[in-house]
Amino acid sequence: MNPNSTSSSASTALDRYEAVIGIEVHCQLKTASKMFCGCSTAYDGAEPNTHTCPVCLGLPGALPTINRRAVELVLATGAAINARTPAATRWDRKNYFYPDLPKGYQISQYDLPLAAGGSLNLDTSEGPFTVGITRAHLEEDTAKLVHAPGSNGERLSLVDFNRSGAPLMEIVTEPDIRTAEQARRYAEELQLLLRAIGASDADMERGQMRVEANVSLRRGGTEPFGTRVEVKNMNSFRSVERAITFEIERQATLIDAGDELVMETRGWSDDRGETYRMRAKETSDDYRYFPEPDLPPLRVDPAWLQEIRAALPELPALRRARYRDELGLSPYDAAVLVADPDASRLFEATLAAGAGLDPKSVANWVTGDYLRIRNAAPSEAAPHADPLQVGTLVRLVVDGAISRVNAKEVLEAHVVSGQAVASIVAERGFRQISDVDALGAIVDAVIAANPSAAADIRGGKGQAIGFLVGQVMKETRGQANAVVVQAAIRARLGDGGAA
Amino acid sequence: MTTDLTRQAAHEMALALRDGSVSARDLAVAHLEAAERQNRALNAWLTIDRPAALAQADATDARLAAARRDGPAAIAALHPLHGIPVALKDLISVEGGQCTAGSRILEGYRSPYDAHIVERLRAAGAVFLGKTNMDEFAMGSSNEYSAYGPVSNPWDLNTVPGGSSGGSAAVVAAHHTPLSLGTDTGGSIRQPAALCGIVGMKPTYGRVSRYGIVAFASSLDQLGPFARNARDAAALLHAIAGRDERDSTSAPIPVPDELLQLPASDDEAAAWLRGKRFGLPREYFVAGMDPDVERRIRESVAFIEDAGATVEEVSLPHTDYGLAAYYIVAPAEASANLARYDGVRFGQSRRLEAADFIADYLATRGEGFGAEVKRRIMLGTYALSAGYYDAFYVKAQKVRTLIKRDFDRVFATGIDALVAPTSPTVAFRFGARLADPVSMYLSDACTLPVNMAGLPGVSIPCGLSEGLPVGLQLIGPAWSEPVLFRAARAFEGVTAAATWRDQEPTDLGLADDASGPTPAQRAAARAAR
Repeated sequence: MNPNSTSSSASTALDRYEAVIGIEVHCQLKTASKMFCGCSTAYDGAEPNTHTCPVCLGLPGALPTINRRAVELVLATGAAINARTPAATRWDRKNYFYPDLPKGYQISQYDLPLAAGGSLNLDTSEGPFTVGITRAHLEEDTAKLVHAPGSNGERLSLVDFNRSGAPLMEIVTEPDIRTAEQARRYAEELQLLLRAIGASDADMERGQMRVEANVSLRRGGTEPFGTRVEVKNMNSFRSVERAITFEIERQATLIDAGDELVMETRGWSDDRGETYRMRAKETSDDYRYFPEPDLPPLRVDPAWLQEIRAALPELPALRRARYRDELGLSPYDAAVLVADPDASRLFEATLAAGAGLDPKSVANWVTGDYLRIRNAAPSEAAPHADPLQVGTLVRLVVDGAISRVNAKEVLEAHVVSGQAVASIVAERGFRQISDVDALGAIVDAVIAANPSAAADIRGGKGQAIGFLVGQVMKETRGQANAVVVQAAIRARLGDGGAA
Repeated sequence: MTTDLTRQAAHEMALALRDGSVSARDLAVAHLEAAERQNRALNAWLTIDRPAALAQADATDARLAAARRDGPAAIAALHPLHGIPVALKDLISVEGGQCTAGSRILEGYRSPYDAHIVERLRAAGAVFLGKTNMDEFAMGSSNEYSAYGPVSNPWDLNTVPGGSSGGSAAVVAAHHTPLSLGTDTGGSIRQPAALCGIVGMKPTYGRVSRYGIVAFASSLDQLGPFARNARDAAALLHAIAGRDERDSTSAPIPVPDELLQLPASDDEAAAWLRGKRFGLPREYFVAGMDPDVERRIRESVAFIEDAGATVEEVSLPHTDYGLAAYYIVAPAEASANLARYDGVRFGQSRRLEAADFIADYLATRGEGFGAEVKRRIMLGTYALSAGYYDAFYVKAQKVRTLIKRDFDRVFATGIDALVAPTSPTVAFRFGARLADPVSMYLSDACTLPVNMAGLPGVSIPCGLSEGLPVGLQLIGPAWSEPVLFRAARAFEGVTAAATWRDQEPTDLGLADDASGPTPAQRAAARAAR
């Protein structure tokens, strides 16, 4: 993967200090309805306050009911990170006042999360790394505050409750992470995992996955943790890495100068490339958690958990290992394929459809040309490749029936239009002529028509072969097998200083 | 049959509706007139919705007429509550209607949806007359904590009807409606039922859906019926009980039809008592109990024994800790449940110029909530705060478990039900307990352990003390409502000849005085003394 190294200044800071980083991720679960009511979660782009009901508006008398699918997705996540699920868990109320929190409390999980004590393995530029995961729990999202000037120019804060009560999973790591790269890789790997098990679309730009980092420095690995700063508003993997790199440097500079660090929450500004103070955390917030009396304790049936575990798909780390170890792909190709579910699907399906195809050739086509074509195509064109067609194409290239250059054009045409490979090849006359006799006649004619070039070759000027090959190609509208043509020319005019 | 329709029992009205001698409109009109005439004196109604009630009555009359055309089977298929007037405590959501919960902060709020029990009552064909007064957010035992003024007890207009469902109890006692609904978190149905001389039941926690009911303390709140007799109360419970998918704490326990089959005959009802075993919890005869109230309870026990049942003294040793534990658990839950009243989405709202939202919250809540509600929010917030949580909330929950175990142990010995006082005293005068919150809290000493244990309890009239009603409380194991109602009906049977049974609330005549003082004026006059 992109081995985007940490900046040099942070590397210097890390020579003097050890960074201690923990990550909290909130991700929106992929359910049809909200966490505690029947309102649809398909509110993206909808008019404000059109996906609401008494429950998610927190009206008097409304009561929550549990979304079973959301629980299932957290249990699946827990199973995927090898976490424990307690036999009995429960819901708690987290109390605080804010206009985006309609009930004045958030239904969450405090001391009995649905998943506890898991881990996630990642590859970094410095080798494999394991991040301990403290817990994953389920809670509800808040509404969205929109600040806008009113008709008289006054300051207005508007509340859109469409998001209110959407299911959120919070995943908290141990303070295991030591570098900004590890933090970014953790977020990337977690996204892959969540997508693989269908728990979340986990799109950071769309707020489906929100990453917060707790960063502190200490001089030695055995010292107590330093003053912790929480960093928010990182809206891409790149900003996760940049923000943490910046924060490590900022803290190191302060400590070097003998300044006291304060516990605070800082936001990341992508434009300015720096973190800024959002609020100080002088005391820890008292959320007065207590068990949610409107919901009974949740007992997880071991048989259900077993079913969920059995239904888990192949997880990204295992899939990468299989691609490398069983199919012989390079670590790079394996990582690229696994990072892109569409590419990975195409790769697997092509192998399944075309018996005897070499996995490395297929991987090359998928990770190279296919991804380039798909990513360049306008999304409304719904670029798509049929595994059977891709298999056909790879085989044509391997068999020498079509040139690589033409094959790229065929793939592009197929991905954009969906037309079958055979028909594109036929329509465009891309089938390669490799027949020695047929090509021999054309070669003879070309030599006869270009005596000076022929003389050059005879005289040892090998570069003129290219010109003659080009002429043969012209005659055959590009269908001639260049290798065969070259051999034929050499047979007739001598080796001509072939390099 | 008496000519005054308001003097009938609901089950008598049901018969009259079926034989066509009376219409749902006749019933609605008679009750609306009584309610409108006397509400100045009682202040028990916060709204009397004549047009809506008449429209509902006409619709039920039309269905009744259609059923009559379709034959006896169609008539028999009608719910016993079809066409019967019902009053709703003003914390029950009715689509398009006000729902103040007795609080200033919900003034002007109109619920956009029906509570589950409202849907059920609509389906049964009940006719809603209006919404009744209550202590703010159901916090109180006298109805004096209503933001809309106190309610007078029809037995003595200078006394309270009890609370928090004071309005719902008073309107049934005053014959403004045969039936009403209340909620009971620590005694808020049973205590006012006792003080107003009527039947009031708090069902088993989970028996009735709380969906659409303004919450006070979620793990304790339960809806229940008021009526002037056991049969009517049981029929109303039957109409509202049962699992509701929207309340995760409502139990998937079938609603027994036995609730509709209580004996009509007093003798048959009384005969049920033969061989039954009752327990008399020693700890419920608390210090500060009115000796005359205790006498009525002991006399009732004698009635029960005379009918062939045994009554044995039992012990519920953790009863004394009930009040303290309750006043941790209930305010803790309330402190969160009432956080939604922030003025952002509904109800009263204060907007301060150029202030942050916290200032708006403080102003909205500071002005919108009454003193008792604030007291409980503070109690609950304190009990849940870091450093106090284990010492208060966790400990109170442990006490709760012990209280529940006390009951389990007694019922495990084969006791059918417990007999106890409902309230240590009869109705008290306005202002008598306002100065000392703990004296007010003690009103519920005999009822709140039942909520802590999640059990059903019913209060039934058992005589008068110096002219004011005394309530007898029957407490049973979970889901034993049919047994409790059988026992209640049996008690009606064995006391059928008692003179107090026929006595109407003493001050009902006074309540007709359109120029007399309002309860607020009476309370103010008392306070001035």
